[in-house]
Amino acid sequence: MEKYIKNAGLVLFIIGFVVFVLSLSLSDYQLTDKIVGQQGEGEKYEALQKATKPMEGKLYDSNISFIRDLKKAIKSANKSIIDKYTIAEEIASEMALKSMDGDKFVFRKSVIDEVLPANGDVATEQNKSLKDFTGWLEGKEFSSRKELSDQLTSAIQNINNSLSYQKAFDDYSAKNLVFSMTKASSLGVLKGNIKLWFFLSFGLVIIGALAYFFGTYSNVPAGIKNNHIFMDALTSRGWIGVILGTFMIAFYIFLYFYPEYLTNWVLLVDPISYKLNGGPASHWFLYGFMYTFAVSVMGIRMLLKYWGNAYQLIRTASVIFFQFAIAFIIPEILISLNKPGYDFKNIWPLDYDFFYNYNLDQLMESGFLGWFMLFWGIALIIIAVPVITYFYGKRWYCSWVCGCGGLAETLGDPFRQLSDKSLKAWKIERWMIHAVLVFAVINTVAVLYTFFSGSYSLFGIGTETIKASYGFLIASIFAGVVGTGFYPLMGNRVWCRFGCPLAAYLGMVQRFKSRFRITTNGGQCISCGNCSTYCEMGIDVRWYAQRGQNIVRSSCVGCGICSAVCPRGVLKLENGPEEGRLDVANLIGNKEVEKV
Amino acid sequence: MKKIVIIGNGISGITAARHIRKMSNHAITVISAETDHFFSRTALMYIYMGHMKYEHTKPYEDWFWEKNKIDLVRDFVISIDTDRQKLELQNGRGVAYDELIIATGSRPNKFGWPGQDLDGVQGMYSFQDLENMEVYTKNINRAVIVGGGLIGIEMAEMLLSRNIPVTFLVRESSFWNKILPAEESEMVNRLIRSHHVDLRLVTEMKDILADKNGRARAVVTTDGEEIPCQFVGLTAGVSPNIDMVKASKIHVDRGVVVNKYFETSVPNVYSIGDCAQFETALPNRKSIEQVWYTGRMHGEIVAKTICGKKTAYQPGPWFNSAKFFDVEYQVYGDVKNEMLDSEDCLYWEHENGQHSIRIVFNKSTKALLGINLMGVRYRHEVCDRWLQQGATIKEVVGNLKKANFDAEFYKEYEDEILKVYNSKFPEETLKSTGKRGLFAVFNQ
Repeated sequence: MEKYIKNAGLVLFIIGFVVFVLSLSLSDYQLTDKIVGQQGEGEKYEALQKATKPMEGKLYDSNISFIRDLKKAIKSANKSIIDKYTIAEEIASEMALKSMDGDKFVFRKSVIDEVLPANGDVATEQNKSLKDFTGWLEGKEFSSRKELSDQLTSAIQNINNSLSYQKAFDDYSAKNLVFSMTKASSLGVLKGNIKLWFFLSFGLVIIGALAYFFGTYSNVPAGIKNNHIFMDALTSRGWIGVILGTFMIAFYIFLYFYPEYLTNWVLLVDPISYKLNGGPASHWFLYGFMYTFAVSVMGIRMLLKYWGNAYQLIRTASVIFFQFAIAFIIPEILISLNKPGYDFKNIWPLDYDFFYNYNLDQLMESGFLGWFMLFWGIALIIIAVPVITYFYGKRWYCSWVCGCGGLAETLGDPFRQLSDKSLKAWKIERWMIHAVLVFAVINTVAVLYTFFSGSYSLFGIGTETIKASYGFLIASIFAGVVGTGFYPLMGNRVWCRFGCPLAAYLGMVQRFKSRFRITTNGGQCISCGNCSTYCEMGIDVRWYAQRGQNIVRSSCVGCGICSAVCPRGVLKLENGPEEGRLDVANLIGNKEVEKV
Repeated sequence: MKKIVIIGNGISGITAARHIRKMSNHAITVISAETDHFFSRTALMYIYMGHMKYEHTKPYEDWFWEKNKIDLVRDFVISIDTDRQKLELQNGRGVAYDELIIATGSRPNKFGWPGQDLDGVQGMYSFQDLENMEVYTKNINRAVIVGGGLIGIEMAEMLLSRNIPVTFLVRESSFWNKILPAEESEMVNRLIRSHHVDLRLVTEMKDILADKNGRARAVVTTDGEEIPCQFVGLTAGVSPNIDMVKASKIHVDRGVVVNKYFETSVPNVYSIGDCAQFETALPNRKSIEQVWYTGRMHGEIVAKTICGKKTAYQPGPWFNSAKFFDVEYQVYGDVKNEMLDSEDCLYWEHENGQHSIRIVFNKSTKALLGINLMGVRYRHEVCDRWLQQGATIKEVVGNLKKANFDAEFYKEYEDEILKVYNSKFPEETLKSTGKRGLFAVFNQ
């Protein structure tokens, strides 16, 4: 019976997954006047209207050509606006000539009115911005015409360069525009039957997966179920693992950098978004939804697999709860109430944009609740992290509460054995994670400096540049593409081990001032290596256990799997007195034990 | 600087090598015909079951040996010339030594059964056994395991992981009942059967029948029953692997005979681990000790002697562990299968038949003698201290929670054993000390 449920589940899962992937190509696209009109008002939208005219009414059967044309149209709208406001660089030389004062060249604003008189709307704006940008040159003397001309040219270039975000669509808003217009232009079977397609994709994947897990694990005695893990092409870096890894890496690249190609998936969760927060779904809502269901469904698998292990059951229930309620539902409800969509369990510096100006502004404009969130967030950093970590170790966060940890412990559990246990990997880990922490702190110092001083330059480096590089390199590439995409290839804690700045901070507390340790049970270790193999953080647990030493490592997230898989009951996660926690090896056996 | 040569890269030989290196600058060579590097023999079953790969069973990375100047030689020792202090290897090379440690381990017992050397008939001890088992258990319908010890039950678990039906022949009336008391032994019988193993107690093998290719096709029991099978596991114990020592001048009996310093009859030659046999067994211990822990302990001690600090083997209280399918077993101290008249015990067993605690003590002095645990983990350090100090049963039961080593949030059974104690000693009852739990951290 179980076998049939399992196989039926697998079939449903595969059907659901195939439908899910194919659903990306299920729509046709047609841009209408109305859709363009909904995007906004103003000059650039008028230009957009004009530029998209050739697309209107045309039926595209693929989003690739639609998006290509749309991007072209936006580019041409931008060009028409920029061309319109661009100031000819040649006038610099003319202005310089007109500034001749004897054998010197003295700049006066009035020369601008001579060369570029404020006639008409465009010229008025050009005239005004040129005056703004040359204010500092007023009355300055130059010895040659070229010197002054060069200064003026560079001012004109600055003005022209700023046009793309002053007057036209900058990269960020162009991206959003492409996404929302593509989504709105979708037509066809998918859009007509969203609920049906939701069921055929997400629904079948979820039902199929659950059936498969129940079929696999029900009616099996409690105990360790690691049979065939290193023979399975999914869990031993075989061909299924490589395909899944490639899929996940591609998913993250599209999600972060090309979400406009994923609009069909976003359409599927639109109804849920409307129910939860009253608005349409964004690609971030889609991600939040998928993330939450991955944690929940794979969390149920974890519960079934470790049935009989109380620590694993309670811990897994905890990560499901924190993801489902605290990270997903409550922020959506807050948004529907027009409050900041705050995740109460996200802690800086993992929550790297907590101190970004837009977040601070939003919190401070949201009344008591906003101020509470601000203080709560700061209290988590300076009180909760050191105090709770002192008593329980960093596990209280990393494997009980954290969203990244939650995904790693559920979706990532089948891949925990793929982490690298070598000494070399540990060396790389130590400098890398602390480098990211330093980067996160510099980033935050920079944005706060900008927030308080209004200046965009700190020690000669643009704060926006620091912010953008952190967002791209760390938050997108490291945490997302590598951290999660590489689960089936490098194990489930790549981000937590090598990159998470909060894990680095928690780890320092755990290593130097905490009651937590994994106790080794005297001389009972048989060096079998199950503990090290299944340590997702790549800790060589056996190295400590076989010499009778407690395991105290900054990276240990306290998942408890080493203790679970140990066939001899050698390992116990516990909080005890600080004395003796770091003692050297004490291998019980011989009466006179040499501490080697 | 002496030249130390160790034959065998198992836990005994490697522990000796590591400790000699820590204490001295002697040249160290380890010779093994089995594998290039030290691996954990106890983990072979997990390779077969797919929990691990061979590389995971190596406790030290491959660079470790060169860094610690421990020279590894992959070869087989054919003879030991103790007069010239020289070994002859299979590849023809000779290796001279100043001090020699023989740590060649065991091999599975074969009691002269007809057909015992057929293809598909083997024990489960070495890396080569694992490789053979991989070959001979492909696409088979049934396996028969002969001999009811720890390796037998592990082999059954291995085969079941590949969905191969198993018939398990055990000579005794209950599994491992020469070691386990009746209740624990019965618990294991139940476990074996609950995993759908065809367990045949009081049954021995008479004969192994061959097919036309010289491969096992059936087993005949002493009752005359013929059990068709394509694989036969021989797990009726192991004995010292000392063929090449027998031909030398070193005195051997069942194993290489050693004194309490692990010295053999020939100067500068030592023997440790499974292959060594004490000329006089220590009280309550066997003359041949064949477990992982004792191998390690022998290695620690012989290293001292070789490094100039002559040290006698003086083990602390006995301990051991195993896992019967999903139920872990731990023992601390001396728990006999049948109690002596001078002994008494407290025994509690969970109604689900998967957890039990047995505490044996001296009837007159009430001193703790041993603790036997099934499906419960206890703290080695605490049990060891109680045993060495001769703690009374009252002290032990009154402080039992300190010994518990189960994972957090697990059910605690110490109050159950307390009830057993209170009913046995109604005149001096003990009170429960309450549960541990999440906030216990504030009480410490």
